[in-house]
Amino acid sequence: MISAIIRTAAVSLRRDRGALGLSFVLPVVFFSIFAVIFGGRRDTTPKVSLIAVDEDHSRASQRLLQGLKEEGSLVVKTRPEPVKGAEQPEYTVATAEAAVKDGTAPVAVIVPHGFGENPISFGPQDANRPRIQLLEDSSDAVAPQVVSGLLQKVAMTSMPDVMAEQGSKYIDEFAGGLTREQRDRIEQSLGRLRQQTESGGTGSGSGNGGIVAVTARAVVGQNKNNPMVSFYAAAIGVMFLLFTASGAAGALLDEAESGTLDRVLSSRVTMTSLMLGKLTYNSLLAFAQLLLMFLWGWAVFRLDFWSHIPGFIVMGVCSAVAVAAFGLLLASICRTRAQLGALSTLIILVMSAIGGSMFPRFLMPEAMQKAGLLTINAWAIDGFTKIFWRDEPISSLWPQVLVLLGIAVVLFAIARRVARRWEYA
Amino acid sequence: MSSSAVPSASASLPLRVDALVKRFGQVTAVNGITLELRSGECLGLLGPNGAGKSTLIRSIVGRVIPDAGTITVFGARADSSAARNALGWIPQELALYPRLTCRENLQSFGRYHGLRGAALEEAVARCLGWATLTDRAGELVKNLSGGMKRRLNMAASLIYQPKLVLMDEPTVGVDPQSRNNIFEMIEKLHAEGMSLIYTTHYMEEAERLCDRIAIIDHGKIIALGTQAELVRTSFGSRSQVLARFAGGNERVSAWVAQRGGQSVDGAAQFTIDHPAEIGVLLEASAKAGLELLDVSIRKPNLESVFLHLTGRELRE
Repeated sequence: MISAIIRTAAVSLRRDRGALGLSFVLPVVFFSIFAVIFGGRRDTTPKVSLIAVDEDHSRASQRLLQGLKEEGSLVVKTRPEPVKGAEQPEYTVATAEAAVKDGTAPVAVIVPHGFGENPISFGPQDANRPRIQLLEDSSDAVAPQVVSGLLQKVAMTSMPDVMAEQGSKYIDEFAGGLTREQRDRIEQSLGRLRQQTESGGTGSGSGNGGIVAVTARAVVGQNKNNPMVSFYAAAIGVMFLLFTASGAAGALLDEAESGTLDRVLSSRVTMTSLMLGKLTYNSLLAFAQLLLMFLWGWAVFRLDFWSHIPGFIVMGVCSAVAVAAFGLLLASICRTRAQLGALSTLIILVMSAIGGSMFPRFLMPEAMQKAGLLTINAWAIDGFTKIFWRDEPISSLWPQVLVLLGIAVVLFAIARRVARRWEYA
Repeated sequence: MSSSAVPSASASLPLRVDALVKRFGQVTAVNGITLELRSGECLGLLGPNGAGKSTLIRSIVGRVIPDAGTITVFGARADSSAARNALGWIPQELALYPRLTCRENLQSFGRYHGLRGAALEEAVARCLGWATLTDRAGELVKNLSGGMKRRLNMAASLIYQPKLVLMDEPTVGVDPQSRNNIFEMIEKLHAEGMSLIYTTHYMEEAERLCDRIAIIDHGKIIALGTQAELVRTSFGSRSQVLARFAGGNERVSAWVAQRGGQSVDGAAQFTIDHPAEIGVLLEASAKAGLELLDVSIRKPNLESVFLHLTGRELRE
């Protein structure tokens, strides 16, 4: 009896491709995505982009920045990418701050004037001593911490002679003074150390923190009540928009199955006007869902919603139209509701994982970050982040608006084409 | 579909179908059907499942593109907007929105046909009354009984007052009482002078409702006329004898075939020119060792005509 039940269930599953996909394909796909992101493969670990500004131009500041450039986990930029082949001027404090604000890099390091005169300190921090500034985008909790730690490490490994010189000064000052003979020996040793360092050799640091004075300042999100809420409102919102849109578009399948679609198409309604009607309705539904999500964020999590209304409307409309077209395409391709449910779950979860709805894309390997740009999620989240996190003007949304509307047009055109099967037999 | 000019003589006809052909792969669903519907007439399309009735109807309403032939509705091509406005189609399926109320369904389909405002509300009220659903206007469709859904399904096709209505088996799955209600609704339309096409595989429905009947089988019209004409053509003035015998079916069937009769629902059916022939038949059955259970004589009906023309029962 039990074997008969098993046999029946197995045959049913074998013939239900959607259930098969959900049972065996989706777990493997998800496992692979998570393994690539968090599995620690060396060739895919993301590097931290760092903008470096050297205001001091001293030997110590140059050595410090050179040390940072040699760090394998950093990509140090001292000037913006060339524009039409023309090299751009080096970053200044102002342009570096602007670059962090617009998301070019999550952190910038500013080496101030006078740093080289007193680069490291083993004692209590002197308030008048020039301090290195870290300009942070606090939406990225990882990058500033990485850079901060590496600064201390590099100070020790790339400037051993400066450390020794500073150390001997402390001994001379606080140990009652050195004899002339002791000073000569120290000077000889420092000379050798400088030669060794300048010829490329470096020592290894002990890991003591706070040798280089650093002040961190958030230049993005510094005034936010609840920093990550806007990100998650957009990220989770878009993922559920996709589910809602595909579910709502499934009404087409219900109507086709019940014969209502035939009846509607035998009236004055054409397939194009029907699908445009569905697109509009599903877009409005998706927009309402997004609105609710952000209003909830405002009411419960103190999201700063009201000062971003125009940007929200632009991004909300574009995202809603894109997901509505996506839903219509899925519904047009599928033959049954069950098929639509399985396929949409498979595609939406993968899109959401890659596109940043489940965890921020900046945590992903570079290749995965680029793959994310193939998803609606990534473009929608980027747009909402620009508005709610970076406080950028609406004009800065043009890439997201163009891409999302482009996606909507292309997906709708394909859906309309596929829907010809419902028009006539 | 051909775009040839429509003959002026047929311009006033509600419907004219000429040499219509529709194939689905290797299967020819409609095989050269030609027919005309007269003004105010109810024409029945009678045939078994799979005969091609629904394909013919769907071709007329533009949901199927024929491979050959022409269809005109009041002189206009079937795919024209004039034809669409004149045509009402009651599909076999319950093509309704289950989560909308009766009134909302009618309003939706009215809007799809361009009705607005007071005209729409008037049409909704008229259709609810016709379908005797006025007191259930606010009920969700999913909560209605099968018969009520069927009536609403019909009303939704009449919301814009078409001049020609095609009914594709509108009584499928309906209990006898609801079926009777539906018959009365159709008879009312017929009495008002509406032109109707009614497809069914129930001969009683065709006999009750239709002025003329086209018998369809394998995508072809094999007979067309009034019920009396069809019977007369097939049987003349002959009658039918139905006899039931006890015992094994094979032995009875063999004897029936030998005597030139047909086995129908376990009974032997013979066509006779004169009642006196009954005695001869019964005597022969006794000689063959068959035990007679009962015998009856009747005039041939549409079922008999279909059996006579195709050698098969209508509901096979």
